[in-house]
This record gives sequence, structure tokens and C-alpha cells, in this order.
Amino acid sequence: MRLIESRTTFVITYAALAILLLITLFPIALLVLNSLKPAAQIVQNPLAWPEVYRWDNFVRAWNDARFGTTMLNSALLAALTIVLVCTTGSLTAYVLARRKVKSWKIVTFYLLATTTAPIQLFLFPLYFGFARLGLINNVFAVSLIYTAIYSPFAVMLLRTYFLAVPKELEEAALIDGATPWQVFSKVMLPIVSPGILTVALIIGLYSWNEFLIATTFLQRTDRLTAVVSFFLLSGQYTSDWGEIMAAALIIVLPVIVLFIALQRRFIEGMAGGSVKG
Amino acid sequence: MHRLYLVPTLLINVVIIFIPAVLTIALAFYRWDGIGMPVFVGLANFRQLLADRVFWTALGNNVIWTVIFLTVPIAMGLLAATMMLVARRGSTFFQVVYFLPMVIATAITARVWQGMIYSPLSGIAGLITRAGFPVPNPLTQTSTALYGIAVVDLWHWWGFLCVIFFAALRQVPQEQIEAARIEGASFWQMLRYVLLPGIRPTITLMMIMTIIWSFLVFDFVYILTQGGPAFSSEVLSTLAYRSAFYDLAVGKAAAVAVVISLFGLATTAVYIRLQAKEFDQ
Repeated sequence: MRLIESRTTFVITYAALAILLLITLFPIALLVLNSLKPAAQIVQNPLAWPEVYRWDNFVRAWNDARFGTTMLNSALLAALTIVLVCTTGSLTAYVLARRKVKSWKIVTFYLLATTTAPIQLFLFPLYFGFARLGLINNVFAVSLIYTAIYSPFAVMLLRTYFLAVPKELEEAALIDGATPWQVFSKVMLPIVSPGILTVALIIGLYSWNEFLIATTFLQRTDRLTAVVSFFLLSGQYTSDWGEIMAAALIIVLPVIVLFIALQRRFIEGMAGGSVKG
Repeated sequence: MHRLYLVPTLLINVVIIFIPAVLTIALAFYRWDGIGMPVFVGLANFRQLLADRVFWTALGNNVIWTVIFLTVPIAMGLLAATMMLVARRGSTFFQVVYFLPMVIATAITARVWQGMIYSPLSGIAGLITRAGFPVPNPLTQTSTALYGIAVVDLWHWWGFLCVIFFAALRQVPQEQIEAARIEGASFWQMLRYVLLPGIRPTITLMMIMTIIWSFLVFDFVYILTQGGPAFSSEVLSTLAYRSAFYDLAVGKAAAVAVVISLFGLATTAVYIRLQAKEFDQ
């Protein structure tokens, strides 16, 4: 299909798309370029090519932001959240997709409603409650908060995958003598596993990048997440922008590589739900 | 017993979100420092807010934010999505690049803009200033701080809308596009009479979500200016956060949170009514 044939339209279209491309890539290019420069050269000209490659920016960033510890915290937090969201979410999504309970409408509405609730609506009692229970600086407790916040999204997305499975498959399994649990775990789960993988990727990304909850609930230096320790590094400990950009690149690079490798999953998962819904 | 399948999700959700939310609504009527016993004060927290200049600035900023995000990124997204439809070739590539800022942590995006673009020392602004065209740092001026933050969030956000609109546009029936093309419709006519009506439900949904999200905006404001200078870029969510954790006025913070939620609730109600109307037609 072509909307409009004329050559000029094509040229203008590509020119406009290219300008938007440059706007998008410009800050990212600055990040990469300056992560290799000494601070003095950045102050002279952030656009210039590095005169010398300062690879030790990365070493200093790694040490000053204690990425050895904080990256591990982030990875642990993301892994716990992924496991919690995928297990609890797929159970709920299955029941809601197949309308196995009478209250499926109310439950769906409740979950949708919580996605529009501001974090501040539950943050303060949660913080002071957790503080009283000694759950501040506890990675597992934070992964429970993430699970609560992200699972409505996961349920809605997984629901569409369950809906796409033909009902006959389930019925056939039941006739063959499978228990309802076997139908769910042995028949349905394997079929929707691509959906679960998509959810896992997106939930992993969200928890890796999350800021507000992480900075509030994980404050002890050995419990910080990578993003929060980057935030503290750039705010307090150094004004060496070469080092700060190196730290940023260390956090961002694995994400970008993963995103480009699996872009279809990311984009369909993050944007797809809102088009269908 | 399929009811049991719902228990883990609902249990976690109720304990983390529902119960604390109810407590927040209750706390809005108490004075509490987070440690001692809460003291019931009736509507005093709300009355205080009404008399608080910072509260009105924050509310006004949220409204400005909503207006900006209802127009600029939606227009950009729609335009780019339509152009990708015209260009066809390379649309996957453009999509991936435009979407890229969405996967970068807000804290990092904020610092890159702060240090590499806005900073008068290490940023592009400084470079331009040294070349003889003085550019002030937008984040340190009371008149521009909010807009400086909005630009960063726009950069991060518009590609997401573009991808959503592009996905919707591709589902507009082929025959309608063909028919308009045969009748010699121009690009703008095609956009106005075929494409935009074709994806109206998606645009409406995105506008509703934009309004809700605009009242939740936190990360970029907190990281870039912390609501300053002189509260000029304060929004409701940063006001609530600061009240609770810096001033230990948890009751006031809860009252602000309730106000934010009311806006979300009102928007959702309007949306449901719109949907119902469309259903009736």
C-alpha cells in the first residue's frame, strides 16, 4: 500500500522521520561519547571526539557506584519480581480469561483500577508500616511491592494470550481425565509460554529501571539498586561527567542490547496491550 | 477450585495497595509525624492546602503538564506514525529507535539531559554560550524549570505514543485508504477524514491515560529540580513526597495524595461515560 505517490511527499516524509531520529539519538550519542572522555575535555566541548580514550572512567564508575554489589541487588530484585509476577499473574490471567469464577468482572475492574492509582496513595502507610515491621532495606519486601504494582499489567497482557488458546484443547484434556490443575499447568502454561517470556522481559526492565520505590525502601549502602546508586553518585559524590556517563552506560548497555535483540517482544508487550484494551 | 488461583495476586495487591490506600484516605484527616500517635484534625489538612501557595502552584503545574502532554507528544506521535505509514520502508527501524528512550531508566535520562545538554559548564547550553549566544540553564530559572523538565519527559515519551498509533493505523481498513486515494485525497485530507477517524478509540484512550499519568508525574521532576527553584516546578506528587519524608507531615501528604487520586477518578469516570455514549450510538 502506498498512501501518496508523489516523490516530493516521500522526500519530505523521510527527511522529517530522519530529523526525529536525530533528536532521539542525540542525547544517547552524547552519553556514549562523553563516557570515554576526561572531565576537562567535556567542559571544553561535549560534542568533540575523545582526544584520549579514558577507559578508566568505567573502572572508577564501577568502584564509586559499587556496581559489584548494587548491580547484584538490582538483578536479584528483578529476578524475584519476575518470578512472583509470572507465577501469580498467570494463575489470575487464566481464571479471568476463561471466566472460571463468577466474580471475574469485579476482579478485572479492581485490578484495572489499581493501575490508575498514584503511588503516593499507598506509599506513606506502606513505608511507615514496613519500617515498623523491619522491612526497610529488604529486597524481597520491595519485590512484593513491585509485584503488586506490575501484576495488573501482567494479568491483562497474559489474559490476551490465554484468550487465544482454543477452548477445545482444554475440553479434550478434561475428557482424557486430566485434573483442572493439570489442564492449567500441563496444557495451558506451555502454550502461553511466549506470553510469559514477554511479561518476564518487561517486568525485568521495569524493576531494573524503577526509581521512586527503590530510593524510598532501599537506603542502606549495601542494599541500593544500580539506578539509585547511579543517582547518588551523580548527585553527591562526583561532578566528573565522564565518570557519571560511564556509570550510566554500564547500566544502560545491557538493557539496550536486550531491547534491540528482542525488540518485537518489548514493543508488542509494552505498547500492544494498550491498543487491544 | 479456581477461586484459589486468584488468591496470590489479590492477597499481594490488597496488602500492598488497597489497605495502605484506605489508610492514606483516613490519614488525610489526621495529623501524624510517622512515629507517634495520629491526632484527628478533621478537614484541617485540606483547609491548610487551600491556603498553601505551593499547593496551588503544584496543581497549576500539573494542569500545565497535562495540557503540554495532551498536545505535543500526541501530535508528534500521530504525525510520525502517519509518515511511517507513507514511508513504509524502514518503519520497523524507525519504530525501534523512537521507542529506545522508553527503555532507559528515568534517572539516567534525567542526568544525561542535566549534564550533557542543559548544564552551562559541561553541556550543549554551555557550548553555545561560549560561542557567544548566551543560553541560560532552563532548570535553574523559575520561569522555565517546568518546561525544561517537560522537554526531557517529551523526549522519553513521544516514541511510545508513536508506536501505539502506528500499530493502530495499520489496522485501518485497506479499502477506505484505497477509496480515498482513488478519489485523489491529499495527505492532510487522508489524515483528517480517513486515518484519524479510523483510530479515534486509540487516541481517546491515550488522551485519558495522558491525563491520569500527568497527575502522577514524579521521577523527572524529583531528579532534575526537586520541585525548585523556589517551588516553581513543584507538582502534586513531589509535594506529597516531600511533605511525608522531609517535613514528616504525613497527614498533609495523604491529603495531597487524595487530591491526586480524585483527579484520576474524575478522568476515569469521564472515560467510562464516553465509552457508554459510544456504545449507545
